[in-house]
Amino acid sequence: MNSALPPLLEAQHITRRLPEGVTLVQDASVKVERGEFIAITGPSGSGKSSLLYLLGLLDRPTEGRVLLEGRDTASLSAAELANLRLARLGFVFQFHFLLPEFSTLDNVLIPIRRLGRLKDAAARAQAMKLLEALGMAEAAAKLPEQLSGGMRQRAAIARALANDPAIILADEPTGNLDTRNAAAVFDIFQRLAAEEGRAILVVTHDAELAKRANRRIHLVDGRIVSDTRAG
Amino acid sequence: MKLIFDLARGMLSRRRRQTLVSVMGVALGVAFFIAIASLMRGFQTYFIEQVIDVQPHIVVKDETRRPLPQAAEIAHPDGAVALSGVKPTERIRGIRASAEKMAILEGIPGVFSSPILTGQALLRYGSRDVSVSITGIEPARYRRVSNLEKDLIQGSMEDLRSTANGLIIGIGLAQKLGVGFGDTIIAISPKGISLQMKIVGIFRTGLTTLDNQAGYTLLKVNQILQDRPNVVNQILLRLNDVTAAEALARQIEARFGDRSESWEEQNRNVLTVFVIQNAIMYSVTGAILLVAAFGIYNIISTVVFEKTRDIAILKSLGFTEGDIQWLFLLQGMIAGLLGAALGCALGQIMIEGLAQIRFQTETPAGNDRFLLAHDWRIFAVASFFAILAASIAAVVPARRAARLDPVQTIRGAA
Repeated sequence: MNSALPPLLEAQHITRRLPEGVTLVQDASVKVERGEFIAITGPSGSGKSSLLYLLGLLDRPTEGRVLLEGRDTASLSAAELANLRLARLGFVFQFHFLLPEFSTLDNVLIPIRRLGRLKDAAARAQAMKLLEALGMAEAAAKLPEQLSGGMRQRAAIARALANDPAIILADEPTGNLDTRNAAAVFDIFQRLAAEEGRAILVVTHDAELAKRANRRIHLVDGRIVSDTRAG
Repeated sequence: MKLIFDLARGMLSRRRRQTLVSVMGVALGVAFFIAIASLMRGFQTYFIEQVIDVQPHIVVKDETRRPLPQAAEIAHPDGAVALSGVKPTERIRGIRASAEKMAILEGIPGVFSSPILTGQALLRYGSRDVSVSITGIEPARYRRVSNLEKDLIQGSMEDLRSTANGLIIGIGLAQKLGVGFGDTIIAISPKGISLQMKIVGIFRTGLTTLDNQAGYTLLKVNQILQDRPNVVNQILLRLNDVTAAEALARQIEARFGDRSESWEEQNRNVLTVFVIQNAIMYSVTGAILLVAAFGIYNIISTVVFEKTRDIAILKSLGFTEGDIQWLFLLQGMIAGLLGAALGCALGQIMIEGLAQIRFQTETPAGNDRFLLAHDWRIFAVASFFAILAASIAAVVPARRAARLDPVQTIRGAA
């Protein structure tokens, strides 16, 4: 890895405490490089998701700082963070969160149109390309309720990839899927990391799937207790 | 912005029935507002037009608004002057130097004046006596300030000149006396002077008081009848611009001292009733719109509540608080806009319906139907307030939506 470049994403001693005094994440430091496929594991309530939201700029740490491509995000406004999420990050959640009123294609188009870098035709082409790559071309015109669980999650991944983000953050993306579909989602993540050089952070409690990642971060009670690279 | 509009439209179109109900609420408010406003405005406009049409715009009278100041008050303007037991001097009533004043008034562009002398008289025909109010006019000038010529059903104003002691009377008066066109009657004034007069015209205005009690003759003839030679006791003015009447009346009064009343002042009681009428109308229709606004508030609140997940994902995707607020504000505005459009159509239908109604009354002016204003401004005002009310109603839930924390929602959904 090239040490001259700043890490893609870096958390420096971040702590997240709720106003009621509960500590979700305690003094966590993580560096994420391009092409890494990281599984965040731990028992329920260990702060895996909270750490992911902090790294995904959805939440702000009480202490410490999060740097995206070397840039400190602490001083950015909510709108600036939103723009960074739009352009640089992609989210996949356990629940697909597709807007039920819109077709699969339109759902994928939402972040592209919000960013506004592509003209209508180019935006549609980009969205179709993403759906095709995930084997979803024939589902483009369908509403989310007409899709199976696995297809919905693949549509959600396509949406996360819409603006060609550097980092994909996934929170229990296979939690609602059967084994076969779960494996397919991890195949996609592996490919995105290995072939396209994106950083993938996946929160999961499935130890078997976590083994397929090339780095595993284990949390207990909000603290990182191990950070191991496979191979 | 187009994207947010598309999202708003998509969210609304999926709950069609709810949207339709709240849109109907707004539409009914708008429609009633339009119907009632055009009804009221129609009547008021008709009334004012009648007043402006029939009455002179300014009447200069041979009175003063306050008693004339006493010599001691003029000599000591700042002094504490108290006068008691003052007996007003007997002075000849009438507008002083009326010819000069009229010359000045005629000099103002767009102003036409006509001098008149009014007085009481008793008309006698056979054994019948009827007390009437006689107005002495100069036909050529009077024609410019009044509608008498239009209201004549027999004879003409010119006949006043060509006939010695000609008299024009109202139809009701003619029927009461039992006289017809061309008959000769006797007029007796309070001063005891009696003249033989010939009926040279009969008019009908539709106003009972005029038709039953008014007569017109030449100014000179009335001056003889009233024994007030060369006296004019009112100057009637008509203006091209009726809205300038009040200001001009104040100027004339300040300049000449004679009491001058604009048509607005003469009809102030009725015009005040209009103001109260309008206030009642606006508060009633405002209440309808308020209820409609609660409907909008209700639906947007429901949408925000149901769409918590969608709001969370949009925010995590990178939509700002402002985007989310717009998204829901737009939904309220769309509902308001649809309601306004539907309401305008409905209002037009209601106006058409009201226009079909006929009353079985026989008023002389022929008012057997509603007088309806067809004014696009009523539609514009109603639509504007409907959209405004809908937008305001949507602001509160939209702000709540914008402030939702996506992390909490996503955590809860997982």
